[in-house]
Order: sequence, then C-alpha cells, then structure tokens
Amino acid sequence: MSTLDALQIAVRAIIANRLRSLLTLLGLVIGVSSVIALIAVGQGTQKGVSDQIRGLGTDLIFIEPSAEATTQQGGGASPITTTLTRADADAIAANGNPAISAVTSHITGEAQAIAGVNNVGAESVFTSSNYAEVRDLEVATGSFIAPGHDRAGSLVAVLGLRVAETLFPNVDPIGQEVRLSFLAGRVVFAFTVIGVLQEVGGAADADDQVFVPITGMANRFRFLYTPTGDLRVTQIDVQASPGADTEQLKQQISELLLFRHNRTDPDFTIESQDDLLEAASEVANTLSILLGVIGGISLLVGGIGVMNIMLVSVTERTREIGIRRAVGATAGDIVNQFVTEALALSVLGGMIGIVIGVVASLLVDGQTLGDQEVTTVIQAWSIAAAFGVSAGVGLISGIYPAWRATVVDPIAALRNE
Amino acid sequence: MIRLDAVRKTFKTGETEINALDGVSLQIERGEFVAIMGQSGSGKSTMMNIIGLLDRPDEGAYLLSGQNVAGLSEHARARLRGTAFGFVFQSYSLLPRMSALEQVELPLIYQGVRDRRRRAAEALVRVGLADRIGHRPTQLSGGEQQRVAIARSLVVDPLVVLADEPTGALDTATGHEVMTLLSDLVDQHGMTIILVTHEPEVAAFAHRMVRMRDGQIIEDTGASKAADALNGEAST
Repeated sequence: MSTLDALQIAVRAIIANRLRSLLTLLGLVIGVSSVIALIAVGQGTQKGVSDQIRGLGTDLIFIEPSAEATTQQGGGASPITTTLTRADADAIAANGNPAISAVTSHITGEAQAIAGVNNVGAESVFTSSNYAEVRDLEVATGSFIAPGHDRAGSLVAVLGLRVAETLFPNVDPIGQEVRLSFLAGRVVFAFTVIGVLQEVGGAADADDQVFVPITGMANRFRFLYTPTGDLRVTQIDVQASPGADTEQLKQQISELLLFRHNRTDPDFTIESQDDLLEAASEVANTLSILLGVIGGISLLVGGIGVMNIMLVSVTERTREIGIRRAVGATAGDIVNQFVTEALALSVLGGMIGIVIGVVASLLVDGQTLGDQEVTTVIQAWSIAAAFGVSAGVGLISGIYPAWRATVVDPIAALRNE
Repeated sequence: MIRLDAVRKTFKTGETEINALDGVSLQIERGEFVAIMGQSGSGKSTMMNIIGLLDRPDEGAYLLSGQNVAGLSEHARARLRGTAFGFVFQSYSLLPRMSALEQVELPLIYQGVRDRRRRAAEALVRVGLADRIGHRPTQLSGGEQQRVAIARSLVVDPLVVLADEPTGALDTATGHEVMTLLSDLVDQHGMTIILVTHEPEVAAFAHRMVRMRDGQIIEDTGASKAADALNGEAST
C-alpha cells in the first residue's frame, strides 16, 4: 500500500467522522496555539524587562546601601541612615579611573506633587545635573537640571511625563509652579518647572518621578547631612567607559568604599546592569518555562484526545478492519492506516494551531491587561517545538490503537455485523 | 490445488474444548464448484476460514498449489490471502461510504496494482453492474451489494472464490440470480468456487457436495467425480 493510498484512506475516515474529527482537532489546536501564544507572552515579558533595564542607561553600575545599613521608614524626607554619601560619589569620580566616564548620586523619597487643583503621588529624586546623562534621560521640553542649579541650590523641578500630564493637562508646564509635599503634608516646598522628560515607556520609573537639585533640598532638610557634614545619598550610579571591564571596576569601587568607610565587610551593594539583566531574565525565563509547561500540558491533553478517538475508532471499525484483512491487508497495512490517520489529524491540528497561536500572539501584542502592557515575541522554535510535539503525540497516540487494530481477529470482525 | 490432510482445529470456550475440525482431509481441484453443507457448529465455516488463510489449523497439513501454507508467517499469509482468494460473505461485507468502484479497488490497493480503476470497472461489468459503478452500498439493493462483493472477490483473479452463505440475506429470486452468476463464473470462466451453505437449493448449484457434522466430513459426492469431470472435459 502506498503512502498516498494510506493518506487517502485516512482523509476519508477523518471526513466521514466530521464532528468527531473536529473535536479531536480542537484539543490539538488549543494545545499548539496555547504553547505558541504563552511562550510568546513569556518571551515578550522577558524582552520587556530587559529593555527596561537597558533603558536605565548603558554600562551602569549601581551602588546602594546594604540592607543592614538602611532603615526604610518611608518618606524621603524622614530621617535616613544610609552610609553612602556624596563624598563617596565624588571620591569615585575623583579617582581618575579611565574605566569611569561619569558618576551621579541621588536620594529618593515619596512626595505628593501639587499644581493648582491637580495632584499626584510621585517619587521625588534629589539629584544633580549629570543624572540625566548617566541615566539616558532626554527632555521633551525645557531642560534638565543645570550645573548652575546645582551650585545655587535652586528650587527647580523636572517632571516625568506622566506627572506632567496629570498636573498640567492643558497648559505648558514650563515656568509653572509645582509644590512638593513631603512627610504627609507636614513640609511643602514650591518649585519652578524647568523641563519635562520624554516618555520612557513600559513600567519605567522616570515617567512617575520629579527631579530636583539635591543641593537645594539639603539646605532645607538638615538630616540629609551626616554628623561629619557629608550629604547622604541612597544611590550612586557609575557609568563605565565603553568597553571597560565592569567586574574589575566593581572590585575597585568596592575597595575604595571599604577604605573610606573603614570597614572590612561592605555596608553597600554593587551591581552592574549585567547583574540586573541576569537576575531579571532568570525570573522572566522561569515565567516563560512555566507558561510553556502550561501550554505543553494542554498539548498533552490534546494528544490523549487523539489516542482516545483512535481507540474508539478502532473498536467501531472492527468490521472494516476484518474486511480489509480478508481482502489482503497485512497487519502492517492496518498499522499504517491508523497511524496515518492519527498523524494526519495531529498535523492538521498542529497547522491550524500554529495559525491561531501566531494570530493570537499578534492580537495580544501591545494590549493592556489591567495596568500592564502585554508584549509578545513569537519564537520560531516554539512554533517548531509545538508542531513537532503535536505530530509526535499524534504518532504515539496512533501506534497503540493501531496495534490494537492488528490483533483484531478478522473472523470475529467479519461476524461482527 | 487445495489439499487438507488430517486437519484439526480446537476452540476453547472457558473450560470446554470444541473440536471444530476433527481430522479433516479434503482435496479440491481447479475449476470445481464445491458446496460444503452442514448444520451450524458442524465445522464448515472453520474449514472455510482455514482454506482462506483467515485461520490456522492446530494439526495437519494444508497444501495450496503444492505449497505448505500452514507454516507461513502472518505477513505472507495476508499477502497470499489477497492474491489467491476472493471472499463473498453473507452480509456483503462492504465498507460504508465507498462507491462500488472503490469497494472493488480495495484488494488491489493492498497489492499495489497500478491500473486498479480499470480492473475494478471491468470486474463490475462482469457481474452486470456497469451502471452502478458510482453507487454506495446504501444506494444498492441486497442483490446488487452482493454482486459488488463478488466483483471484489474476482478483481484479483483469485485461485478460489470462497462464498460463505452468499444468499443468506437475500430473497429467493435474488439469491437465485446471485447463484446463477457464480455458476456462470465456474462454467464460462473456469473459476474455482467453494460455497458454504446450509440450504440444499443453494447447494444444488454446485457440482460437488461435501457434508459435514461435528467437525468431520460425513459425505462427499464427488471427490473422484470432479476429477473425472475434469478429465472428461480435458479429453473432449
């Protein structure tokens, strides 16, 4: 019996049992399409997180106080015990290390931003003029904090896009007054808006932040100073020179800070962007695998459906098997027939599943679910894997029923009228 | 052409053993039209199944054209079954949803024959169904369905056509037509037919009668007569 004959017989059998074939297909279609779509969502999430971390800037090293050195009490203007200071940042920059291209530092705190009748919860970032450059932030209108503002300790503010849109829905924010209320309204300062940042996108922080010169705030919050007169910061960002060995740089910075803090064990953490990327993609990868497994299970269930249908089909077609055996079909011919039928079903299901999976992934891409934007990245390997698994599952699902078909006694089968 | 030597076949149903065939010896030559008669349970169907390679004997020899086929593999038996035998069953044994032409093509598919459409059509013409080629079983009368089954048995040019109660599901007139068709195949085309039936009127079409009871042959009207008839034909 030729393959074409076997295929023809299979197609006829599938068409003859339209509804049943359709339901069987449905299981496989759902399985294959969910594998493709779920992996696309997983990969999209991974890409989103990576983009967000990359969007912080390039070749960055983040230095933060370690947990034991920090007492988070909420409210940026509340007394803080960070052991990092602006002097530390200056020392790192002053080192003359060719691997370092820029250093900036900041301290963040929750604040309520108010303009006229509008107000919004925002994160206030007390920083200096070079923050924008290190963090790759661009202004949409106006300008960022200038070195002059640093020196003068000006009360000026640069708004993240969402903050600006909320506070000034109809007016150009530049030159307007924005008030920042700290410590649950106990302290309020007025700032002049000098710039609005471009949208960073995604769930990036900068869209919801307000940037003000740290020097201006230091004069108003005395507790920002250490007893020895250094200005406390909650984070130092070091931008490495292109091509610099960040691992070595981390080591050098660590040694410098240990020396300055006169400690043997660090009271800070140093993480490069690569470290963050690695940690984040690990999380996203786990998500991808989890989603893939869920899809895989539905594919498996679909495959079991094929096996079930094929078993029923063999039982129902005992008489047909008997007739075919009587007219000269070998056991191999019968196996071939049922395996081909199962394979044809699963390949068809796989193909429909690919189309639906890809279309679903494309439709979901860019949609917002709750407050999260869903990104999907369709992976060629997930299509190949889903299709391969469905064909494989179909093959395996066909073999056992096919074997059952061969042990059908043709005499009994022919009597089974 | 067909020779059974002391063939035994035992079926077990639970604790009891039934000797379906209890040492049967039989010889059938080319061109014979043999009716095997007997009550149900006499072993006639079992014998036909063994001759048609649908079943194996427990003991004894089965020679088909001089070849001992009792020891063949299952695969070889299936291949041989397809080329050497044509089956006609009481219940037509047609596949649903297939046209008459496709039914008749079926044995040729398993033999990998190329021009099977033409050969199938020819076989249908031979049984007088030239105008029913595209009809499905549900669109055919009982007699027509049985003719399709006969065409399917003939299409492979078998050594023997095995007909198991071919008129069992037909009324007398239609049954008569089907038997006339089978007789013509023997008389005009030299086909060999082994017919299993319990109806004497049907058996009367055959040239030789083998009567069975309890797994044994109790009467054979023409072991030698058939050979004589052949010899007679050959000499005239």
